[in-house]
Amino acid sequence: MDNVIAALPLVFDPFTLMVIMACALFGLFIGAVPGLSATMATAMLVPITFYMAPVPAIGAIVTMSAMAIFASDIPTALIRIPGTAASAAYVDDLYKLSQRGKAGLGLGLCVITSAIGGVFGTLVLMIAAPQLAEVSLNFTSFEYFWLALLGLSAAVMLGTGSVVKSVMSLCLGLLVASVGLDGSSGFPRFTYGQESLLSGVSFVPALIGFFAVPEIIRAIVHRDKQEEAKSISRISELFDGLGKTLWKFRLNLARGSVLGTLIGILPGAGSDIAAWITYAVSKKFSKNPEKFGTGYEEGLVDSGAANNSALSGAYVPAMVFGIPGDSITAIVIGVLYVKGLNPGPMVFINNAVEVNAIFMVFMLANLLMVPLGILAIVLAAPVLKISKTALAPLILGFAIVGSFSIDISITSIIIMIVVGCFAYLMEENDIPVAPAVLGLVMGTLVERNLITSLIKGDNNPLVFFERPIAGVLGVMTLALWFAPLIIKIYRKSRRSEVTS
Amino acid sequence: MKLSSLIVTLTVALGASTAAPAVVAQDYPTKPVTMIVPWGAGGGTDATARLIATLLEKDLGVPVPVENRTGGSGVVGHSAIANARADGYTIGIATLEIGGMHYQGLTQIDYKSFTPIGLYNADPAAIFVRVDGPYADVAALLEAIKTSGDRELKASGSAQGGVNHLAVAGMLNAMDIPVERVAWVPSEGAAPGLQDLAAGGVNFATASLPEGQALMDAGRIKPIAIFAAERSASAPDLPTFAESTGVDFAMGSWRGIVAPVGVDPAIIERLQTAIGKVVEQPEYTEFMAARGYATQWTPGADFETFMVNSDAQMGTTLKAVGLAK
Repeated sequence: MDNVIAALPLVFDPFTLMVIMACALFGLFIGAVPGLSATMATAMLVPITFYMAPVPAIGAIVTMSAMAIFASDIPTALIRIPGTAASAAYVDDLYKLSQRGKAGLGLGLCVITSAIGGVFGTLVLMIAAPQLAEVSLNFTSFEYFWLALLGLSAAVMLGTGSVVKSVMSLCLGLLVASVGLDGSSGFPRFTYGQESLLSGVSFVPALIGFFAVPEIIRAIVHRDKQEEAKSISRISELFDGLGKTLWKFRLNLARGSVLGTLIGILPGAGSDIAAWITYAVSKKFSKNPEKFGTGYEEGLVDSGAANNSALSGAYVPAMVFGIPGDSITAIVIGVLYVKGLNPGPMVFINNAVEVNAIFMVFMLANLLMVPLGILAIVLAAPVLKISKTALAPLILGFAIVGSFSIDISITSIIIMIVVGCFAYLMEENDIPVAPAVLGLVMGTLVERNLITSLIKGDNNPLVFFERPIAGVLGVMTLALWFAPLIIKIYRKSRRSEVTS
Repeated sequence: MKLSSLIVTLTVALGASTAAPAVVAQDYPTKPVTMIVPWGAGGGTDATARLIATLLEKDLGVPVPVENRTGGSGVVGHSAIANARADGYTIGIATLEIGGMHYQGLTQIDYKSFTPIGLYNADPAAIFVRVDGPYADVAALLEAIKTSGDRELKASGSAQGGVNHLAVAGMLNAMDIPVERVAWVPSEGAAPGLQDLAAGGVNFATASLPEGQALMDAGRIKPIAIFAAERSASAPDLPTFAESTGVDFAMGSWRGIVAPVGVDPAIIERLQTAIGKVVEQPEYTEFMAARGYATQWTPGADFETFMVNSDAQMGTTLKAVGLAK
């Protein structure tokens, strides 16, 4: 408790507060502009933090990244371009909500669930970081393999259409994920001698292609049947029905926060995977799974809370063992060293005051998210008033600049266009794109951990069940896959017994 | 171009430029100097490059924006530096991988595609084992490797063909042990490899000392030898591989600043002086010390010689592990 009180002046120092405020606005901007990633922004902040004391330095990064993860929901809702990969799981729900004139409710939910998820993740970080980090250290390639496979199984649930079409879409995503230099063998695959493809298909251009481009094409092709979406005219619209929806889905909110934090703690998985898995879990246990993907709030609540709580969770292994939970904490670890807060179990004892102050900044950032987030939403919402036909070329411009800025290469623009045309054709033929996106996100993770595990286990498939956590996860995955089949066969045999 | 002829050309060019300085070089720089980093934002190379760029801005008086040109295990970024206009307004960071990628058939470019400015960091790899594991020192580990079956022992620390993999392969090669003896478990960088070691997934791992610092502090893993000619200043008690085994072997990552071929030697000299000053500033040395990165400043021809040796060593090791084409 003394440490907490000692930490107060560090946080409420005018300079620290100024830095937090500036970084909050910066983060909102980064998140809201498609193609600018939170990781890129963090790297840009590092030379500036060099001249700051430890608390404002880490606080700057924490605030900026939390704001960016939330703010990426704004372009998702307004123009169907997810600002970061963490918003990709619920693109359809959020976008269709705003198309139905409920942009206020959708974005209101995003900002509140983000803040609640973030606060929850921070509380976990404050209370149990050393113990939880111990658990995360037990995760090796075997456990990650099953976890990634569980995530992939979610693909079947993500699709709105038939299972076969979802699996087809997933396979397409996995195929695209296999492009590039293979880390296990060191040989390039499907690159056709193109140097720019050696690192694989860049994720952000593909994401923009999957979601924004089909929308642009539709705006031009289906000019005749366009409905005008309603913008947000009053701030109070953000809260209309918000309390009711949140209360209705209070258990989802809790589940999303818990799952998100746990996934965030695992070093191999960050806020994007947290959002996907919680979305799938939400659909699996929902009373109305058929409404998912049509502008339904339930999945949004789960994953909206999960992606921000995962962000805090990622700091658990980072602070205790110096193992990055995601690409942002990888940079933060470096800053911690420079500031003399060397990550390790001892940091909680040797630097207790600073660590507590950093946790308070986490809290402050997540609370600040509500007023600033509302401001950003209100500023951005008038985009909805513009006719889609007029907006389409502008969005295309943004899509091109966003893709290009990721690695300053023309290849990214080509990837965006090719993926976009494919995605348009898929959606026109009722093949869902969400499983393909998931395949692209998880493909490398599944493959890398499969190969790594096989090398470790001398190609013996039983090693996947030898470790306790891996065994449980494995049995769960297999049960998920085969339970419906077995139940069906069982019922059939029962029925035939009854009839005969 | 052969090394000797390159040095001759450089010396002649340098001599010529001091006699009659080129008009262009005199008022250099007049516009921003772009620094290309072939690795992602946030990594060690990026962090050091951004700091150098920030400090270099003050000396040159123009902005030095950093551009991350990632992809293809560094091929994309290194090519971007080599193919940039040789007017001194594009420089970049070259790393160890430049010596290996042409052997792997990923690109045509190698150290000869650059004008060396200076080497600012070289971090040797070290062997790490679990604190509660069976290996007390390198001798015990090597003995275990010698008596083990093929692929019985597993090691990790980087992707296939990455620096830490080549460190293990090179060590086995130097000890006359077949490289197939130890199974390499590819990982996406040093941190996941070291985590796998701590979790009991592999028998030993290789990584630079700063990369293993947090898990060392947590009492999970310990270094048993460092692949360097001399002991590290940050860990003076850690023996070098040569001290422990009597076999000379050094390997590790390095970072240096380069420009495309054909830049006016007067401009190269200006940059060499400017960066030479940057690496002595307290902001830089404190940052490098805090992150655990070794510092040095080896400009010009010495850097070239260093790259020649590194290239040859990469060639031998990549051939031994069968990754060279």
